[in-house]
Amino acid sequence: MNYYKPATFDEAIAIASGAEGITRILAGGTDVLVQMRSDIVTPDTLIDIKAIDGVKDITRAEDGGWTIGVAVCGAEISEHPDLPREWPGVVEAIGLIGSTQVQGRATPVGNLCNASPAADSVPALVAAGAEVTVQGPNGPRRVAVEDIPTGPGRTSLQKGEIITALHLPPRGKGGGDAYQRFIPRTEMDIAVVGCGVNLRVSGQVITEARMALGAVAPTVERVRGAADALVGTKLEDSALDALADLAQAACNPIDDKRGTVKFRTHLAGVYARRVAKIAYERARAAQ
Amino acid sequence: MKKIHVTTKINGDTVEFLCDPRETLLDVLRDRLGLTGAKEGCGTGDCGACSVTVDGRLTCSCLMLGVEAEGHEIGTVEGIADGEELHPLQKKFIEYAALQCGICTPGILVAAKNLLERNPDPTEEEVRYWLAGNLCRCTGYDKIIRAVLDTAAEMREAS
Ligand code: FES
Ligand code: FES
Repeated sequence: MNYYKPATFDEAIAIASGAEGITRILAGGTDVLVQMRSDIVTPDTLIDIKAIDGVKDITRAEDGGWTIGVAVCGAEISEHPDLPREWPGVVEAIGLIGSTQVQGRATPVGNLCNASPAADSVPALVAAGAEVTVQGPNGPRRVAVEDIPTGPGRTSLQKGEIITALHLPPRGKGGGDAYQRFIPRTEMDIAVVGCGVNLRVSGQVITEARMALGAVAPTVERVRGAADALVGTKLEDSALDALADLAQAACNPIDDKRGTVKFRTHLAGVYARRVAKIAYERARAAQ
Repeated sequence: MKKIHVTTKINGDTVEFLCDPRETLLDVLRDRLGLTGAKEGCGTGDCGACSVTVDGRLTCSCLMLGVEAEGHEIGTVEGIADGEELHPLQKKFIEYAALQCGICTPGILVAAKNLLERNPDPTEEEVRYWLAGNLCRCTGYDKIIRAVLDTAAEMREAS
């Protein structure tokens, strides 16, 4: 295994583009090292991106949103003075991943690139409308978070491409988001179902809505009908019923030891309601 | 395999070592530097027995490569006592019998010390959540939690 610690993304991309065999990017390492240790993935080339300028920064973007560096760990996001207030759902989702020790290393972009359907941060990021900058030999482009995972452990990134930043949109007035997951214990487990909802309201009426589900399909699933079900409503019972039906219809889960198809599908409806209510309260309080 | 030269600080002392890029920080601490306080319980980030701090942040040393320590400050359980004088947490762990086999203890001491530095007055819930990544198969946790809370109270009084 060759270990590289480039000083720029251009250098990192040149190494990744020219590398033979398996290449892995090392940020927090909480997935990469476990895979190495368990002989699941033994990289030929390991590119440590933590020495690149700006990867540890959280900065306010020109449009009022946020740019989060790719080596920013979960704990740094939770401790940030503004992010938890503006994007509580995203921050809670990131904070649910692993132990205190893992929070000190693990990054949301790593969670995204690991491409587990049960990744906690991803449904919240998709609901928030987050994007990433993907940089490759042909320059940078912005990609929606939901377009990165293509299947369990697989992403749409091409050879030589690296995610160089995570972007959250401007929160704006009357916005609120939330994320919850079902696990069989109280802490530190893998989601059986995860649900992220992001709303905007004007008065009591919902004007924008996005929802995404985790662990119920091969990739995190954006429930595209959520806006149709919720916009124009005051989150009455009929709107919640419609949302729960959509969530259940979006499920295409597997049966495994953590949950059956039937159980996961049922939970998706329960969590859609529950999380939408929290996001709604937060959105109303943020006007 | 070509070895990489790494310069780091461990418990305040500058330390240099050569290691294979595949070696974890835990391997380096135990096998190259003779710092066997950090234990390997799982090697996959689940048990916390290998806990150390990196620039003051609690980390599993099994989830970090030795080469990643370059330029950073590492804190291990060996740095907790002041010479022969045990740290208040260590004294309380003995007083409360908060350990049996002791495999989890170094990691829990490092984690608990890190918590008290950030939050001198944690609630029981906060201590339990903070230590949720430190597994103990002997004590049932209760004595550990009480020892940490009592240490916190004593350290607050002393300061
Ligand atoms: S040995 Fe590192 S967490 Fe178990
Ligand atoms: S004392 Fe034995 S594992 Fe904790």
